[in-house]
Amino acid sequence: MSDETVNIEGAVCAPPLPHNEQIVMGHGAGGRMTHHLIQKSFLPAFDNTALRAGDDAAALEPKAGLQLSISTDAHVVSPLFFPGGDIGRLAVCGTVNDVAMLGATPLYLTAGFILEEGLSIETLQRVLDSMKASAQEANVQVVAGDTKVVQKGKADGLYITTAGVGLVRPNLKIGGAQAKPGDVVILSGSIGDHGIAVLGARGELGFQSSIQSDVAPLNHLIDAMLDASNNVHVLRDPTRGGLGTTLNEIASQSNVGIVLNEETIPVHPEVNAACEMLGFDPLYIANEGKLIAMVAHEDADAVLKAMRATCYGEEAVIIGEVTAEPRGRVLMKTAIGSQRVVDMLAGEMLPRIC
Amino acid sequence: MKYITEYRDAALVKGVIEEIRRTVTRPWTMMEICGGQTHAIVRHGLDQLLPPEIELVHGPGCPVCVTPLELIDKALAIAARPDVIFCSYGDMLRVPGSGRDLFSVKAQGGDVRVVYSPLDAVQIAQQNPDKQVVFFAIGFETTAPPNVMSVLQAQRLGLTNYSILVSHVRVPPAIHAILSSPDSRVQGFLLAGHVCAVMGYHEYPSLAEKFKVPMVVTGFEPLDIVQGILQTVQLLEANKVEAGNAYARAVTFDGNQPAQKTIQKVFMECDRKWRGIGMIPMSGWCLRPEFDAFNAEKRFDVEAITADESPLCIAGQILQGLKKPHQCSAFGTVCSPEHPLGATMVSSEGACAAYYKYGRIEMKDSVES
Repeated sequence: MSDETVNIEGAVCAPPLPHNEQIVMGHGAGGRMTHHLIQKSFLPAFDNTALRAGDDAAALEPKAGLQLSISTDAHVVSPLFFPGGDIGRLAVCGTVNDVAMLGATPLYLTAGFILEEGLSIETLQRVLDSMKASAQEANVQVVAGDTKVVQKGKADGLYITTAGVGLVRPNLKIGGAQAKPGDVVILSGSIGDHGIAVLGARGELGFQSSIQSDVAPLNHLIDAMLDASNNVHVLRDPTRGGLGTTLNEIASQSNVGIVLNEETIPVHPEVNAACEMLGFDPLYIANEGKLIAMVAHEDADAVLKAMRATCYGEEAVIIGEVTAEPRGRVLMKTAIGSQRVVDMLAGEMLPRIC
Repeated sequence: MKYITEYRDAALVKGVIEEIRRTVTRPWTMMEICGGQTHAIVRHGLDQLLPPEIELVHGPGCPVCVTPLELIDKALAIAARPDVIFCSYGDMLRVPGSGRDLFSVKAQGGDVRVVYSPLDAVQIAQQNPDKQVVFFAIGFETTAPPNVMSVLQAQRLGLTNYSILVSHVRVPPAIHAILSSPDSRVQGFLLAGHVCAVMGYHEYPSLAEKFKVPMVVTGFEPLDIVQGILQTVQLLEANKVEAGNAYARAVTFDGNQPAQKTIQKVFMECDRKWRGIGMIPMSGWCLRPEFDAFNAEKRFDVEAITADESPLCIAGQILQGLKKPHQCSAFGTVCSPEHPLGATMVSSEGACAAYYKYGRIEMKDSVES
């Protein structure tokens, strides 16, 4: 390029490298890099119809008319205990929620534990007590398990992988590909609480906050919704990658547009403040006790009413609608009356410089 | 949220935009210098609400974007050393150097840590006396005070294992360079509010006068930005050349003088290369020789590392409208968004990247038909 004359218009940020050769942190962030990893590595290895559907759980039909919902989730949170929850509650709720998102009643879990040499039994007991309480709350049984111990330094205290199975309610067709133009988009409560609570517990905020993780089992909330309406088309919990990424997944799976109203999306003031200071967008912060639902317009009021009567749906609100166009995109009407695209999270969310 | 919500009030923002509409009588092109403002404009869709006469062009005020390739290569070389803990502001981790980035170095076992403040890096140095702790001190005037404070703090603590890799740039020389270009279309500037909170805006009246271009200090919330645009339009329409301030709640004419004195104590002005742009004389800050002990480039002997953007790249000519991307021999062959040779290919906003995307669709269509 020429150094003699300078024209700085258009100088722009370099995009991230593709990282095809080794695992980097962004592969675990739930955004586009995670998607590429699943598409390029996991799907080809295990390819089948249920996996390819790309939902939170797989619906299997062992005999005609009987559908099972099956899902698995690995949990590696640091620290193990954080305001509002711990790795045990997370391991139960994460899988219960994924299983339930197909309109299923979760029944059984399995749990695999990878323990680091030197982990105190007291810590393990606290985690197990929390799992027990969460399983009771969700009304599921942990029916099988496995434990491995790895050498000191080879794991971060304790990792838990859970798998879950549930029975899909008959005559339902709920999934990420079922959103239809005209559906309303319902969010069960405020976003960003879990991600910011964990960051705070890591001491990474540089300030103290009272934010609690929202980690909770959502199957009873889903039961209430499905009792109220036969026209719930999509259920999904916006965990890693946050609301923005999850809505992009659904827009793409259903080949529809989604238009959000910025003003209606609930964000707690403490979460907003933390995000403003760090340069994060609450749309991409993880949640562990929230769900998004796409529901036929005529049933919206009944579903909202049912949700608000449950303890994890009190703040449920309509945040937007499903449109025919633009297919595969998520748009947001901003508070000041303009419109912008809401993209997927790319890799890891990073704090900005200034 | 106090002091944020008020500045995102839709009615107030629309009121100011209405005032801009009433004031403007002809097309004006203005540049927002700061990448933070660009981000806010896009996030809130402010450009869609402005009258068509106002064209906003995006300036070079993104420290991540303009940090030169060779500095990033030096950072990668230092971060890969087994005796080093390399600390950085988060968004530098994914910026590509020649072939890899800090994420790759971390995945290969390098101890790369994200910190929120350089003083955290000093603390890490205190806690790890057997390691060399290096902080990647990049940014504009805004991040200079904390970065120099970390050096002074390390000096006060008697630390011999702390150093900084400096790639600081300054706004006024960049504006000078932009306006010196014979092809510049910029008729007014929105000055970067955070930079001016530190430096004040006493450096700008002479620049405005020299190039006959009004400049207005502008904040970052929607109301701040439209207010900055309104004041710039008012100056342009009245044919007035001055440096104004639409961000008075944070910025004074003289700025934060203790911060400026501290910067002067540790840094001195130097020539600096800007990625995708080239060398701008005296546009950067570097450590004064008396702080050599804290200079990572000297400590780790990486001064000899040089890296230039590819000589094949004609981004400079493309940015001036002298050539089109497809007239470049590297376009779509050795240069693509995955492997960019220059700044214009590295983002969906760049001309080459846009052409690439469009061209690829065309190519695909022709293959399928």
